[in-house]
Amino acid sequence: MDHRPQAWGRPRDDVYGAYDHSYLQNSGPKQATQAPIVTGTSVIAMKYKDGVVMAADNLASYGSLARFPDVKRLRVFLDSSVVGFSGDVSDMQFLDRHLTDLSIDEAYEDPSCTAAPNGKGHLNAANLHKYLQKLLYKRRNDFDPLWNQLLIAGFDGHSKPYLASVDLRGTSFTSPSLATGFGSALAQPIMRRYAETEEDAAKLTREQAVEVIKECMKVLYYRDARSLDRYSIAVVTKDGVELKEDEQLEKQSWAFAERIKGYGTQTV
Amino acid sequence: MFRNNYDNDSVTFSPQGRIFQVEYAAEAVKQGSVVVGIASKTHAVLVAIKRNAEELSSYQKKLFPIDEHVGIAIAGLTSDARVLSNFMKQQSLGHRLTYGRNMPVRTLVDMIGSKAQINTQHYGKRPYGVGLLVAGVDDHGPHLFEFQPSGMTEEMVAFAIGARSQMARTYLEKNLEAFADCGREELIRHGLKALKESLVQDRELTIDNTSVAIVGVEKQEDGTTKPQPFMVYDGQDVSAWIESVADNQEAAPAAAEGEGMDVDS
Repeated sequence: MDHRPQAWGRPRDDVYGAYDHSYLQNSGPKQATQAPIVTGTSVIAMKYKDGVVMAADNLASYGSLARFPDVKRLRVFLDSSVVGFSGDVSDMQFLDRHLTDLSIDEAYEDPSCTAAPNGKGHLNAANLHKYLQKLLYKRRNDFDPLWNQLLIAGFDGHSKPYLASVDLRGTSFTSPSLATGFGSALAQPIMRRYAETEEDAAKLTREQAVEVIKECMKVLYYRDARSLDRYSIAVVTKDGVELKEDEQLEKQSWAFAERIKGYGTQTV
Repeated sequence: MFRNNYDNDSVTFSPQGRIFQVEYAAEAVKQGSVVVGIASKTHAVLVAIKRNAEELSSYQKKLFPIDEHVGIAIAGLTSDARVLSNFMKQQSLGHRLTYGRNMPVRTLVDMIGSKAQINTQHYGKRPYGVGLLVAGVDDHGPHLFEFQPSGMTEEMVAFAIGARSQMARTYLEKNLEAFADCGREELIRHGLKALKESLVQDRELTIDNTSVAIVGVEKQEDGTTKPQPFMVYDGQDVSAWIESVADNQEAAPAAAEGEGMDVDS
């Protein structure tokens, strides 16, 4: 038996064979994130006349494995904005803690804001988006990116509904409807049918917007193999954020599946 | 000669519990010429008396813009004010860059407060020898803050610092109730009247020695407010205001009132 301190805590060589030290990189350059590991799939969001609706399913995948089926990916900021996270879940958790610190600092520096939760004076969604964009761009310049694409929903300085996106490179843009990941191929065309322009979005009612988002979540569950039928949905209004975190997809119909031919296990 | 053993540095208390270096710094503020600030529900104004070192020299500026929405008035060591002014400019620009909004005035004032307080707590450092009045607007409306070399900051309705400023403060206290509902022109006139109170005998306000600065909020059509940028007025630009508070005008305030309103529109 090897009693030297170097061998403490290691599998015994005489029982398990020589330990493969190539797994331990105790020298060499520091490696930043090269790829996301545990990931969340699409986040989708759409403006309507009095606010913004956002949704994301509750799944965190480990590659193609549906590893964590109860992970909430929408986060409320200062009771007035919502951030939706797709991409790496550990980076999402980092950002979540960072945003908690930010909101505490904000409340300390300007205590009058806490008296009016959705009032003026504290960081609004536009401010938050600008901040996150700078943060993600800084991390990409350090070659240590936060591997996420974020959607930020809320109101801007003129109390108009605000929706914007920022990705791991710091690229940011706004649009009446936005989707990340697979959603940009599957959900975005559906949302554009209802809100192609700001003017179109300003005509939509809350009920219509929620309906479109739910429809998109259903399409995503049908066609995105990294998705789940349990999801979170948030509606941001002037009065605050209504977040429901344990919704179930309703009225699914898989009849179309029979007509899909040409791949999979079927013998054509 | 009598020597005070407890004023060598800013980290030693006297047996009476005083820190002399900080008190001396507060004296430096009283050496500076007087500055007055007033805030209403819609505007904040700063007015100041400028001094020239000699007849042939120019007048030392007293009012400085920091950012679009904030400015300061200084009393005390100008070079120390420059350090604080540069710091405030950098901080508010940095805030604008990272958050895309005007820095809240209290946040900015708290930062110079912390910065100045640190100087009173380290051996080998000295307190700033300057007092500031900070005027600005943010989402909560117009604000006026006082800053002292000790690091103390306080929000004020109206205040005056600098030489003989007690006279100006007495005027402000007497008219305190009126300020909240004052318009821009009225507020400036109150400021200049307070300034006149603290002038030495047979000195008067001239276009050369008077500075005026204004910042405010404008109601937009959609109900939101928009800041009116911080503007400093000197020289010929302040002559109408000086005339409107001239002693011979006091007899006919109605005429002055009308004249002042024309400038506003």
